Amino acid sequence: MELTILVIKSLVILAVFGITLLIATYSTYAERKVAAFLQDRIGPNRAGPFGLLQPIADAGKMFFKEDFIPAQANKWLFILGPCLAMLTALMSSAVIPFGDSIRYASFDVPVQGIDVNVGVLYVFGVVSLGVYGVMIGGWASNNKFSLLGAIRAASQNISYEVALGLSIIAILMMTGSLSLRHIVNEQNGFLQWNVFTQPLGFVIFLTCAFAECNRTPFDLPECETELVGGYHTEYSSMKLGFYLFAEYINMFTSSAIISTLYFGGFQYPFMHQVHDALVNSLGSTVGHNIATGIGTAVLFGKIFFFIFFFMWVRWTIPRFRFDQLMNLGWKTLIPLSILNVVLTGAGLLFDKFKYATWLIVIVMIVLAATNAIKAPRRKPVAVPQV
Amino acid sequence: MLTNRSKQVSNKEMTLAERMYLPAVLGGLAITIRHFFMKKATIQYPEVKRYLGPVFRGHHVLKRDEQGRERCTACGLCAVACPAEAISMVAAERKKGEETLYREEKYAAVYEINMLRCIFCGLCEEACPKQAVYLRHDRMVPVFTERDQVIYGKDRLVEKLDDRYIRNNPDAQATPTEPTLSRSVG
Amino acid sequence: MNQFNTFLASFKNLTTAGYLFYGLGLITLISAISVVTAKNPIHSVLALIFTFFCLTGHYMLLNAQFLAIVNIIVYAGAIMVLFLFAIMFLNLKEEDEEAKTNVTKMAAVIVGGVLMVLLLSIFNYAPVGTFNPASFDAKTGLVERLGIVLYSDYILPFELASILFLVAMVGAVMLGKREAGDPHF
Repeated sequence: MELTILVIKSLVILAVFGITLLIATYSTYAERKVAAFLQDRIGPNRAGPFGLLQPIADAGKMFFKEDFIPAQANKWLFILGPCLAMLTALMSSAVIPFGDSIRYASFDVPVQGIDVNVGVLYVFGVVSLGVYGVMIGGWASNNKFSLLGAIRAASQNISYEVALGLSIIAILMMTGSLSLRHIVNEQNGFLQWNVFTQPLGFVIFLTCAFAECNRTPFDLPECETELVGGYHTEYSSMKLGFYLFAEYINMFTSSAIISTLYFGGFQYPFMHQVHDALVNSLGSTVGHNIATGIGTAVLFGKIFFFIFFFMWVRWTIPRFRFDQLMNLGWKTLIPLSILNVVLTGAGLLFDKFKYATWLIVIVMIVLAATNAIKAPRRKPVAVPQV
Repeated sequence: MLTNRSKQVSNKEMTLAERMYLPAVLGGLAITIRHFFMKKATIQYPEVKRYLGPVFRGHHVLKRDEQGRERCTACGLCAVACPAEAISMVAAERKKGEETLYREEKYAAVYEINMLRCIFCGLCEEACPKQAVYLRHDRMVPVFTERDQVIYGKDRLVEKLDDRYIRNNPDAQATPTEPTLSRSVG
Repeated sequence: MNQFNTFLASFKNLTTAGYLFYGLGLITLISAISVVTAKNPIHSVLALIFTFFCLTGHYMLLNAQFLAIVNIIVYAGAIMVLFLFAIMFLNLKEEDEEAKTNVTKMAAVIVGGVLMVLLLSIFNYAPVGTFNPASFDAKTGLVERLGIVLYSDYILPFELASILFLVAMVGAVMLGKREAGDPHF
């Protein structure tokens, strides 16, 4: 009976691991397709139907390229860099609750790698380690551009971690738990989703997630206009592949975490009614498992939307300048998230009112509107006619 | 101001809404998502080919006249006109009994075009006094992989009798490399 | 020698956690020693990070999940990144090591030796913390208990520390603000 739980648990962990890798693989394909579609093109369509074998072709190409280590590079750290990037990227999906629970005989096994009661902090810790891969790789390359990319990555990640952590604190205050499963269960009911109780926190978290993943508009560590290739200038073959792949895994994990923290995870409207109906018609085991499956599918729908959103933003917004990045992080997001925490706390203290932060949103909209009205009209630019 | 398209740059202080970035970001996202659903401009090249027009300069052809005689008289004007010096030829005198083969008394026994040198400028076509050399608008020179495939001799240049080429064929709305549509009646 | 034999004998009837503790302790010691002995400062920092991971493992063995994760976030995730950040800017050429004269070596040996004697004597006399297995609550290290302790017994120092951090953060933001007349970059 211990063994049954262990088997189901290890199957879940294996499935999570495999799905993470699979989704990251197909994210590379999706990225190219989305980029193409947003630019009125078609994108890869030669390898297999609709180009579906393109990731395999890319991986094959990566494997067969020359694996080059620069002469003056620190060899072992040069190899360690991409390995660390990959390792930390893969670790964080362990605590995400991908579904309710699988019922087998008399056990309920949660669809989750491990349900630690510090899940949010675990994710946070792993994310904060993610920068080591970039830093060590960039330094070990013995290249000025790589080093600059590594330093940018380090300063950017540390700066945005602060705002990231502060924006989560408001959620933790409302939930009173660090366990991701508990946070998901707390958001039952559509209007209880944290995106509705924490609109500002969501925007801050989303922005910081972009920065932590080194995605456009915050991809300064690999800014090719200034730094050749950034921290992976000297990398080739599958080591480069690991870096690129780690970015997509990070994107998947952050999408999963955004869905979990702010969009109710595997919850969907009328979930309990569906669950009850399924249990009534199919029995408590099969019905429950199917309901869990629907919840997992819904969660993956949310995750896919956010992966798409990451790509959508990438092909819309140009890169920030580095001082703009730092200004946004330190002078805008951190004060705003502190304000968010204070207002949430005040709202909770005053009659457990969860929607207090809408006040900030309303005030900001009003301020922006009045400011826009009061601002002197831009003189229409006189375009000389021929 | 040469093009009359220059715009005055405004360095005005941004309003609060603009400094919040979010409205502008959302506007940008709206624009890109509209393009997501637009019709794509791509033409799937090897499967679908675009008609390049009747003035496209493709594969060379040495024309025959209505009775099937080679028109070329080996005057060498095309070789002189060629800026890439891709054309070379050896002239020969027509013998008795060859009147059905060659139109003029002198003909090109060897006529070679080096396709590595040719730039498809069409000056040979312009220079030819006998309307013998044309660059077909409906066929491209195929990709070659071997060096001995590069120099095209008469075997590959002279018009085949069952595959005549007529420039002004109104039906020849053909894309290059599709010979089926360009076969004409005479 | 006798003590060593009893130690070896006690090794045989250890629990899984006990073996894990000794294994982890060995790795911790090796990595901690390599922090000091590594020639390259970057290797030294990496060994230090690894040491922090081992300490996190020890916290895990003690069922103190919160401390374990916070140790990773704060030390490995933030402070060591800054260490690495600073050391990457150093010029790591051999000829720059002007600090390694005989005088500094002597001073280092004396200071280190004195510190070791001091620590040994402290550990010799200090009482080793014990616990009562019968009344011990395994959930002591979990975040809920920690929160209750922090917000009841230690509320004043906790709030003071948090105000200190808030002030530090506001100060960092203020330092970043450009004043009128500062050059534009």
